Amino acid sequence: MRSKVVNLQEVLTKFQDGQTIMFGDWHGELSAEEIITGLLEKGVKDIDAIAVSGGMPDQGLGRLIVEHRVKSLATTHIGLNPVARDQMFAGELDVEFIPQGTFAERIRCGGAGLGGCLTPTGVGTDVEKGKQKLTIDGKEYLLELPLHADVALIKAWKADTAGNIKFRLTGRATNSYMAFAADTVIVEVEELVEVGELGPDEIDVAAPIIDMVYVRTGEKKPICPMWQRAKAKAEGGKK
Amino acid sequence: MAGLTGRALIAARCARFFKDGDFVNLGIGLPLMCVNYLPEGVDLWLEAEIGIVGCGATPSWDDVDPDLIDAGGQPASVIKGGSVCDHTTSFAYIRGGHVDAAVLGTLQVDQEGNIANWTIPGKLAPGMGGAMDLCAGVKKIIVATDHCEKSGRSKILKKCTLPLTGANCVTDIVTERCYFEVGEDGLILRELAAGYTVEDIRACTEADFTVADEIGTME
Repeated sequence: MRSKVVNLQEVLTKFQDGQTIMFGDWHGELSAEEIITGLLEKGVKDIDAIAVSGGMPDQGLGRLIVEHRVKSLATTHIGLNPVARDQMFAGELDVEFIPQGTFAERIRCGGAGLGGCLTPTGVGTDVEKGKQKLTIDGKEYLLELPLHADVALIKAWKADTAGNIKFRLTGRATNSYMAFAADTVIVEVEELVEVGELGPDEIDVAAPIIDMVYVRTGEKKPICPMWQRAKAKAEGGKK
Repeated sequence: MAGLTGRALIAARCARFFKDGDFVNLGIGLPLMCVNYLPEGVDLWLEAEIGIVGCGATPSWDDVDPDLIDAGGQPASVIKGGSVCDHTTSFAYIRGGHVDAAVLGTLQVDQEGNIANWTIPGKLAPGMGGAMDLCAGVKKIIVATDHCEKSGRSKILKKCTLPLTGANCVTDIVTERCYFEVGEDGLILRELAAGYTVEDIRACTEADFTVADEIGTME
């Protein structure tokens, strides 16, 4: 089977200014951190980002926001990134807030060939503004439309050379469904294995879905800066 | 638990809603304090939006795993028998009516069971996260809140003025002063914290409420 393993330079050929990019992550953790560093160094800008949160100023997508590379963000929460908040209030970052379950389901629709989904979430709130409302069996639902991206940036634990991937623990979160919802799907992994090492029920996303596999060259499981600070504070407090 | 006051009393009272084996989502902060006051013999399946069924205690810094985090991005653990799932499955649990109860903090709540806890336009806008889905899908929505704002203004209103998180979804309101059930016809005062009278509650509550025939002491 053809190998999909590439280096960072090859990954970066897939990116240009003005793309819609999906970032698989959680507050910037569980993200394709080395590829994001590559995007920063390449100077990619005017990104329309889709991510469950605005990351943190020193973690994940948050680093691109801090450098003003992101022009819009479809998300559920930016509470851990005060820079995103400031840019939003200053009119520099166009933020669309989406309820979290709806966010997940819109992306799932985008990757599963569905024209949208009907959800009760947001009925009776500002979220229903401008949306079609349907009544099914006497209950009201909002029609929510699919989300799709030019590129999805996925982080997984392991991949084989064919592109089968496996997540670990909460690492699957948004990474699993975003892998389906983009024209080009790039995964950053900690470990590369040979085809066959991951058994049929160990593979979370199948090889045909994945376009490129990039293997981390730095630390496999770095502790994020927020945790490092909290740990230092806790240990300092003990002394 | 006699002798508790303030936020500890709120958390302890909320914890008494739960039965052994309930599947529960607790918001960050005061709601999460409920786990410290669970009655004897009550173990819960705690849900985390990121996709954990059976969240355990916060691990020590020596035991953290960067692949195991909670909804707030903090180190998490999973109890024996607990599981992880992806984020769409997590919200199938929530929105699909499989979660028995959620405890939420709030900015405002009203006598129609509306809750507003996600934004103050122009001032506070972190995003709604999973709160709207919880309001839409969880059977019992317990609001755990200070009775009044720091300014002294009631947080329990006739009608919320801030943008809503959920409409007609709140089932119970627990404050450091009393417990209201949200009934079909409005709020019912069911319990008072030690030292408070019905008149005290009327004086600090904007919402209308009726008083239960038998009024209990909150503990």
